[in-house]
Amino acid sequence: METEPVIRVRDLRKTFRVPEREAGLRAALKSLVRRSHRDVHAVAGVSFDIAPGEVVGFLGPNGAGKTTTLKMLSGLLHPTSGEAVVLGSTPARREKDYLRQITLVMGNRNQLQWDIPAADSFEMNRAIYRIPDAEFRRTRDELVELLELGDLVKKPVRTLSLGERMKAEIAGALLHRPRVLFLDEPTIGLDVTAQKRIRAFLAEYNHRHGASVLLTSHYMADVQALCRRVVVIDGGVVLYDGGLRELTERFSPHRTITVTLPDPALDLGRYGEVVQPPDAEGRVVLRVPTERSSAVAAALLADAGVSGLTIEEPPVEDVIEQVFAASREPA
Amino acid sequence: MTGGLLGFYRVVAATAVQVQFQYRTANYLYMIGMVAEPVVYLVVWQTVARAQGGAVEGITAGQFAAYYIVWTLVRNMNIVFTPYGWEERIQRGELSGQLVRPVHPIHYDLAYFAGWKVVVIVLWVPIAAVLSLLFRPTFDVTWVEGVVFFVAIWGAYLIRSLLLWALGMVTFWTTRVGALYQLYFTAELLLSGRLLPLALLPAWAGTVADFSPFPSTFGYPIDVLAGDLSTSELFAGLLQQGIWIAVGAALVAVVWRSGIRRFSSVGG
Repeated sequence: METEPVIRVRDLRKTFRVPEREAGLRAALKSLVRRSHRDVHAVAGVSFDIAPGEVVGFLGPNGAGKTTTLKMLSGLLHPTSGEAVVLGSTPARREKDYLRQITLVMGNRNQLQWDIPAADSFEMNRAIYRIPDAEFRRTRDELVELLELGDLVKKPVRTLSLGERMKAEIAGALLHRPRVLFLDEPTIGLDVTAQKRIRAFLAEYNHRHGASVLLTSHYMADVQALCRRVVVIDGGVVLYDGGLRELTERFSPHRTITVTLPDPALDLGRYGEVVQPPDAEGRVVLRVPTERSSAVAAALLADAGVSGLTIEEPPVEDVIEQVFAASREPA
Repeated sequence: MTGGLLGFYRVVAATAVQVQFQYRTANYLYMIGMVAEPVVYLVVWQTVARAQGGAVEGITAGQFAAYYIVWTLVRNMNIVFTPYGWEERIQRGELSGQLVRPVHPIHYDLAYFAGWKVVVIVLWVPIAAVLSLLFRPTFDVTWVEGVVFFVAIWGAYLIRSLLLWALGMVTFWTTRVGALYQLYFTAELLLSGRLLPLALLPAWAGTVADFSPFPSTFGYPIDVLAGDLSTSELFAGLLQQGIWIAVGAALVAVVWRSGIRRFSSVGG
């Protein structure tokens, strides 16, 4: 059965006209008379669909156009051209019914009132989203439990740690049970434990409520834990849209094989590229083409008498870097 | 469901009360600091009045005291979200968070500062008592004046909120809206009744003031309680406030529509 996408983006573009001038007094004086501008194509024709309940990682380096796209989808920015339809609405119109069904969480921005307990800010969100009392209490209690917030919601937000604050921010942003979540670096600056807690929560929330999620994060662990599909963007254009696993297969033609040698003098050069020579324990790291990795592993075990053999895919960060590098190579 | 927009106002105002009571000492010090300005004006005018045989243009020393004591409350009612706040809000990206909510951001500001006023009024009562003991004001207040005053101070609050919101939105086009605010502030200082009672303005300045919103935000509410307005003047003042509220609301609507279009095209 064909499912209508929750988010439908077609050839979306956003061009900013930014003033610019050379450094120095002369240029400053000149700019008083004549201002020069430059067009910056932050998003240059992006297209993708997101199905109900899908969690998609939106990846790219700084300035790739991720946040601009999220801002267009949440109605903060008007597209220069192209089409964006979310939940059947045009986000740029910022209709109240639309805004009641989405949320935008920006990891570096706070929405909770600094001086009062998060519980009071939750009350304010209840009024903003006109959540019926019983539903509000049920959702609040569920979020507090899932995020392990407990009595933290009774403390003034300014006294919470960064991780606690972010958990409270996320709870506040989800009280109205949005159907679409735009998450912009939700785990930025958090320690590993807090990151894991938030990842687990988002996965559970998605599972329970079937919300669609578009997530940007520089932490690949977020993406690997939550997203089966990724959209990779750079220079405002989509470089890859597909499964995370397929991304690795397509853009990383190599596997890493780590073995422990019985004799450190043994030369493994004929099996593949030695990227790390034997260390004190005799561990050697080889890089071999993906299609030959099984055969090389078998040969190493049979011929070289190695032990402790492991085959690993390269880190996703490296694969993504590979995608960017491939896109920048001259055609 | 609790009361739509009204419920929102109630919750936000209650939040403001909580926040401001947390900072009651700071609020008190702030208010005491603010009393310095009218006390200076009051001492000067009382001295002039006594030197001129007891009154200036018919205003006695006791009436000056009444004027500047009511002034302290009206001044506090005039504290609203300023263009400086707008600059900060846009620079910090806070507006983005407000725009993804299904409530116009002006409602938040109006509700929040209205809640703050409740705290201000509570804290003001002892200050007014001390000033009354020191300066012996002459009050002659009827119940109608009392009721009109209560409405007028909220009218003043609404007018100033709307006008400064409209002015603050100039931040959508320039990050130096503070300069414009200074200009507004200077005109307001001279023409509102803040620096001196409107009756003491030169005739030409009085005429200019009559065509401006400033008397509705300062001089008029003070005169309701401390002056000697006739019943028709009391209600004419309210009508004038109503007109300026309508003008302010229209200004906000127009500037918002065009400002938000610009914000949405250049980003925040």
